[in-house]
Amino acid sequence: MPGFTVSFHPEDRFFAFLRTVGEISCREGRLSGIPVAVKDNISTAGIETTCASRILEGYIPPYDATVVERLKNEGAAIAGKTNMDEFGMGTTTENSAFGPTRNPVDPSRVPGGSSGGSAAAIAAGLVPLALGTDTGGSIRCPAAFCGIVGLKPTYGRVSRYGLIAYANSLEQIGPMAANVTDANLLMGVIAGHDPRDSTSLDFPYLHTPDPEIRGMRIGVPEEFFGEGVDPRVASVVWEGISLLERKGAEIVTCRMPSMAYALAAYYVTCTSEASSNLARFDGVRYGPPADTKKTWHESFQERRRDGFGEEVRRRIMLGTFTLSSGYYGKYYAKAQAARNQVRADFERLFREVDVLAGPTMPTVAFKFGEKSDPLSMYLSDILTVPANLAGVPAISVPCGRVEGLPVGLQIMGRWMEDERVVDVGYAFEQGVSR
Amino acid sequence: MTDTTKVSRPTGDGISFSEKKGTDIQNHTETANVGMNRDFSDDEVIIGLEIHCQLDTRTKLFCGCSTDYRDDSPNTHVCPICLGLPGSLPRMNKKAIEYALRVGKALNCTILEESEFSRKNYFYPDLNKGFQITQYDKPLAVKGHLDIEGDDGEKRVRITRVHVEEDPGRLVHKGGVDRAKYTLVDYNRAGIPLIEIVTEPDFRSPKEARRFLNKLRATLEYLGVFDSEKEGSLRVDANISIQPKGWFDRFGKGKEDRGRVEVKNISSYKGVEKALTFEVTRQKNSLRRGQKLESATRHFVEARGVTTASRSKEMEQDYRYFPEPDLRPLRVSDWADRIVIPELPDARKTRFIEDYCLSPTHAATLTGDWQIAEFYDNLPNDLKTSTATATWVADTLLGELNYRDMTIRGVPLSHFKELLLIRQSGEITEKGAVEVLRSLLDQQKERGTCELPWECIERLGLKVLGCAAPGGKDPVTSAAEEAIAENPQAVADFCKGRSEALNFLVGQVMKKTRGCAKPADVNRVLTGILSRGE
Repeated sequence: MPGFTVSFHPEDRFFAFLRTVGEISCREGRLSGIPVAVKDNISTAGIETTCASRILEGYIPPYDATVVERLKNEGAAIAGKTNMDEFGMGTTTENSAFGPTRNPVDPSRVPGGSSGGSAAAIAAGLVPLALGTDTGGSIRCPAAFCGIVGLKPTYGRVSRYGLIAYANSLEQIGPMAANVTDANLLMGVIAGHDPRDSTSLDFPYLHTPDPEIRGMRIGVPEEFFGEGVDPRVASVVWEGISLLERKGAEIVTCRMPSMAYALAAYYVTCTSEASSNLARFDGVRYGPPADTKKTWHESFQERRRDGFGEEVRRRIMLGTFTLSSGYYGKYYAKAQAARNQVRADFERLFREVDVLAGPTMPTVAFKFGEKSDPLSMYLSDILTVPANLAGVPAISVPCGRVEGLPVGLQIMGRWMEDERVVDVGYAFEQGVSR
Repeated sequence: MTDTTKVSRPTGDGISFSEKKGTDIQNHTETANVGMNRDFSDDEVIIGLEIHCQLDTRTKLFCGCSTDYRDDSPNTHVCPICLGLPGSLPRMNKKAIEYALRVGKALNCTILEESEFSRKNYFYPDLNKGFQITQYDKPLAVKGHLDIEGDDGEKRVRITRVHVEEDPGRLVHKGGVDRAKYTLVDYNRAGIPLIEIVTEPDFRSPKEARRFLNKLRATLEYLGVFDSEKEGSLRVDANISIQPKGWFDRFGKGKEDRGRVEVKNISSYKGVEKALTFEVTRQKNSLRRGQKLESATRHFVEARGVTTASRSKEMEQDYRYFPEPDLRPLRVSDWADRIVIPELPDARKTRFIEDYCLSPTHAATLTGDWQIAEFYDNLPNDLKTSTATATWVADTLLGELNYRDMTIRGVPLSHFKELLLIRQSGEITEKGAVEVLRSLLDQQKERGTCELPWECIERLGLKVLGCAAPGGKDPVTSAAEEAIAENPQAVADFCKGRSEALNFLVGQVMKKTRGCAKPADVNRVLTGILSRGE
């Protein structure tokens, strides 16, 4: 196959990239020579992959994640690795060990997180396509804050092989782009069955967005406009929903009572899984060598204390606690029960409506340092975590601004109906641009 | 635990089990600890085993790396998956599950409708992911049994569970753990499939535990899922306690009167009996000294044959189990139904007794190891139905192997089949056959190869000496004539009717022919010459 080389030397004013690849060799394919940014928790053979953590500094994976392999097979130019909250733990990209990414719309504000680097790279026009990962909103939040499109696919639709795990049962790799058409193209490349991921499902994604939504029933859960949602954001999103109504969709308000437990269920689940996933970073195999004069548990402690950032340490400790004997039943088991309720709520609602719509984030992008206590930061994930808990697809599309700052409209769909949320997003995009 | 109907067993001095109904356990605990002048002969040993066996699959449990790592350089049988590199995911080896299902079925277990993998979280330098993928509350198979020869006849040992897990890596200390300045880690072993088999505390002596292991090993080898020859393929943890007689059967697990010791790190069949015997003595001595037995974890030091106390920290581990999110639950009970189990040791033993007319003892020995059973089964019919062959294989061959600390593996069985045929034809004597066997085994042990039996017979000159018709010149006759000429006194004694004199002369002839003459021939030739001489 004939190959060619693409140069990539962006002026990265917002610190979207942790590292870029100057000269990239590519082959022919659906993405021939298109620079694609890859979030730094996705393994790239020969390119340092750190999850924006000190503990993985210098780690160069010997293998490509399945999604990266698929990108390369379609001729994409892997342009570089984007900044993120360390191991995906955050909503602002402030938790990167290498410094925060700035929001191209307003550099005094965060780009959202944890895929903030990928969103900023697109919003700043450095790349047309980027991969993000979404554990509790990490694609949709920065997409909303930076005014771009981000899709969290159905759990199992995109292979996780090569994605450095934060919370395995929740996260998916997904496409981020400036518009729905591009996101759809990228989704078509990365989705599909992968025998290396036991949770991967065999549902190929071969879709051309269709803006026709006449007769579609769109549910709007009251809880998505409840306490904590900025009324200005709510009003912009309502306007967006009325646009969908004008295009022929039927709007139905509904209730999602399980939202009351969603955030707690999410944080117990993700911290538990993270505490186990991150145990492998002990100084034996990654990062600077441990002090061999000390006993192994002393040196493990030292490496883990110094190598992980504060938020990561907090979540490891929370997860270690919730899995401890005597507490497992109170926390982890309860969280799984709550998770089943969220799933049941979605199933019930999806018998009545085709998709659910609401704001992606309760507010617009924060100023740096604005969310100083972890709890108020966690609360801002309330509208995005339900889709992760249930494993259903959700897209965020730009739907207007509040004081110049982008607001995202979130569309959630039935399990394996990624195509439908893309269609609704596309219909909305078309309606706005006309 | 309210079943306190009747205690019929005799009790020791100082213990007064209540014969009344409804006495609570608390009372027993108090009375049972009384007295240093107790008679400990009424105590019984309670043993349960936890056995880890490497499944003999071609590839590892979650990746395609070869399991054949033993003679290779460290860290050469590794990939992103078994190294646990960030982002890699486990992918189930179907063969390993099939093997484990065979074991579950052979041990008469119930295969769970849905079983699940879990993470066992702990830190250790050989643990590449910081957790081990194993099974916790939903194992593959539960509630089985295996019958063994117990101390008081046939015994049914209950199997609690059988589950699948991955082997961790291995720590290497160059020059020994005490002298090495640093620890090296070899991940070749990481991800080798293991099954863990847990028994109920049904053994009442170290010997029973050993017999169970032998039977289990045979069963696993009959199933074709295990190779006991591979170094480190078996690891055993044993729970052992000494309880007042009848106590355990009455009150069960968790209500023991005295503490239970977990002995870890036993890695050989002989080691199990040794470690347990040591523990019985140690615990009995403690009791005799009036010490209270506390629950503890101890390590078996194979080289010294003793168990040593472990740091108590190891007992306080909280493994924080939770379901492995990267693997789907297994639903394999239908598959298990379709798996056909081959003939197992007990069935084969019965067949050997019935078809080959062997004694139960011989049949048990010959079927107690799959390789030997296969060897025996493939002998020609007239050979395997003869008691002499059975004795030769079960006693002579296995005895000589045992003496050399060798096993049937790596021994060219075709040679031994040939030797058996030669022996049966009478071309060598019984004694000669044993000599050849010893020589062949010595060669095999030293060089890894050996001569053909005929070559060995020729070299040692062990071919039975022919004996011509009376009056002819052959080596036996010549030797007989020599013996007669050299021992006039014996000849004279013989002529006086002393039959011992003939035995002496036979001995002399045998010496001269270096054992290669048939005693019957010697007898015939000697009597012939002597009667002619009269």
